[in-house]
Amino acid sequence: MKHLLSTQDLSRKDALDILDTAEEMAQVGQREVKKLPALRGRTVVNLFFEDSTRTRISFEAAAKRLSADVINFSAKGSSVSKGESLKDTAQTLAAIGADAVVIRHWASGAPQRLANTDWIDARILNAGDGTHEHPTQALLDAFTMRRHWAKLAGTGSAGTDLSGMRVAIAGDVLHSRVARSNVWLLRTLGATVTLVAPPTLLPVGVDAWPCEVSYDLDATLEQGVDAMMMLRVQKERMNASFFPSAREYSRRWGFDDARLEALDRHGLKDTIIMHPGPMNRGLEISSAAADSARSTILDQVSNGVSVRMAALYLLLTGGRDDETSTSHAATEGIPA
Amino acid sequence: MTQNHLITSASLLGGAPQDILIAEGVVVALGADAAAHPAAADATVLDATGLVALPGLVDVHTHLREPGREDAETVETGTRAAALGGYTAVHAMANSSPVADTAGVVEQVHSLGQAAGWVDVRPVGAVTIGLAGERLAELGAMAESRAQVRMFSDDGICVHDPVLMRRALEYVKAFDGVIAQHAQEPRLTEGAQMNEGDVSAVLGLAGWPAVAEESIIARDVLLAQHVDSRLHVCHVSTAGSVEIIRWAKQRGIKVTAEVTPHHLLLTDELVRSYDPVYKVNPPLRTQEDVLALRQALAEGVIDVIGTDHAPHPSEHKECEWAQAAMGMTGLETALSVIQHTMVETGLMGWADVARVMSEAPAGIGRLEDQGRPIAVGEPANIVLVDPAARWKVDGAAMATKGRNTPFQGMELPGRVTATFFHGHPTVLDGALNTPRHGAGA
Ligand SMILES: [Zn+2]
Repeated sequence: MKHLLSTQDLSRKDALDILDTAEEMAQVGQREVKKLPALRGRTVVNLFFEDSTRTRISFEAAAKRLSADVINFSAKGSSVSKGESLKDTAQTLAAIGADAVVIRHWASGAPQRLANTDWIDARILNAGDGTHEHPTQALLDAFTMRRHWAKLAGTGSAGTDLSGMRVAIAGDVLHSRVARSNVWLLRTLGATVTLVAPPTLLPVGVDAWPCEVSYDLDATLEQGVDAMMMLRVQKERMNASFFPSAREYSRRWGFDDARLEALDRHGLKDTIIMHPGPMNRGLEISSAAADSARSTILDQVSNGVSVRMAALYLLLTGGRDDETSTSHAATEGIPA
Repeated sequence: MTQNHLITSASLLGGAPQDILIAEGVVVALGADAAAHPAAADATVLDATGLVALPGLVDVHTHLREPGREDAETVETGTRAAALGGYTAVHAMANSSPVADTAGVVEQVHSLGQAAGWVDVRPVGAVTIGLAGERLAELGAMAESRAQVRMFSDDGICVHDPVLMRRALEYVKAFDGVIAQHAQEPRLTEGAQMNEGDVSAVLGLAGWPAVAEESIIARDVLLAQHVDSRLHVCHVSTAGSVEIIRWAKQRGIKVTAEVTPHHLLLTDELVRSYDPVYKVNPPLRTQEDVLALRQALAEGVIDVIGTDHAPHPSEHKECEWAQAAMGMTGLETALSVIQHTMVETGLMGWADVARVMSEAPAGIGRLEDQGRPIAVGEPANIVLVDPAARWKVDGAAMATKGRNTPFQGMELPGRVTATFFHGHPTVLDGALNTPRHGAGA
């Protein structure tokens, strides 16, 4: 694994490698001193062409816990907004000696451009590109689901996958990089995925995806769901006629209090409720659902740091090519 | 006195080898008569054994970028590329800066073409002032100008207002003009980045749906029928468009259609690389569309090849997909791509190639001395092709300023070895020779 650009081209082995390493990293997060020397002397650049404080601080925390030097490069108010090209920016970062570039970009495919061109030789981590992919978000979602699924099975989560798990993802799939990354990754890990959305917010071509599609959230819940992931819906979609009104959207596709109760009615006592954040409370998810015991929303945030530590570690150290050497590589020799 | 040329043993349109004698810009003798003709005495002899002779190619759709974007291409560089590709005439699209929407601008482009001397440059006039889609440009003045414009197009932008399109179609009947439509419904393609389908769904790039092309073509053929005028559809890219044009032709509507070489070979699968060299408008479609377009060209539903040669400076392609300019170069690869996709697949013979790349395009543009048969008394616009040659496409080695060839690194068949433009060899031995005005004068 040279770069982490998408989950579509992520093998099952690499995905499990990241998740298992993330479990080890999570142990570090429990300690009083949350720091490892693994990336000492390495430079990680957070290159953000789009504001996302949440994702940036998550990557920043991950890199710092691995002792990397972190440079935050926000394209807003910089030479980039004055017309400097991605190519020039990349060459500048190469000259600075960046070992890894974490890139968030409004344009789909921008991370792949960095990886495929000779502009820069660093490891590229996609931190969300346009409406394409957001692989570390899907990995942290899968990490969260796997812990839950393993716990129900009464096992540890290392080495396990999501076989048999039923995941529903509801919301603006058309514009969602989170949905895309999740569909590919969850499928790779053995889960069955159902996308629930108004037909206007599903891409033409979705029928070729390895998942089910539903226009009816209630029917999907009735069939049984182990993890219910709600996607953020932007109110401005309403003005582009994707749906008639926020009220109608939330009535038909929002996870409201009635649907929260429906989980109990259907006997789905172990179903978790997920959201990648930031939430529109009252639109795609009610406060009662977001704050319920079923909600994993804050776990997702903390798991995000572990998963990003794992991704940075594996990309920058070459990781664990040998399947038998999977455990302890990261934490070996570090006093607890 | 221009130099006479005796081309020996050329396969005329792929037929039996014959000699062709050219003098004073005209074919003066063919076959056994050629060597015996008095003009053969001091002729330069060119052995064309194994080569196919076609009438000089005519492009209905070229972006020469001058005036205004001389960093992308000039009339000089673009027409050098054309000559190397086997062309003897090109239609220069109107989306220059200033827009070719007045007699003054079309005459300027026309004279730049004459000064360059590599091919006939026939300016296309804009349909609307500034390509703004609001008011008709002075179509009559452009038609009467020295440039004798017959084809009008807002190419790059669709004439989407149905009333304006109707008026334009009606108005150009006064001087036997044709409206060449870039069929793209604007509202359905706002922010569009690539073909809408399975690949766009995965890549998260905004879709350019086939229906946005097909709905405009359907409307336009009905308008053309209603006012009994000539419509030309630029760069047809979908299987659905083919069906609408087939239907229109069956009803006797005066519609002609063009397809680009890239739409006959490449598909939207290439966009998975996010390499903007594959970004073009209309976008690359699916394999099913490619096969339907080939079939339509072979059957004559699609009349002509138009290159839509669209050079861009490299900085407009070395960027994010969404930031990149749309367009590909095509003049120097067109004939090879047609050989590859149409001839070597058995769909067409060389006579068909002559029809779709020379005769029919000249007819649409009303170019009287282009697209003519290779026959005694006809203007000597002739290209010699080596169909057995294979070459590897290298954008850096091309005459066009544009480095944005989507065929980079591909091995293609067929090589233009010579181009005669009104009897003057603009290309010899596969390399540029001299422009026509400098010839022996
Ligand atoms: Zn066009």
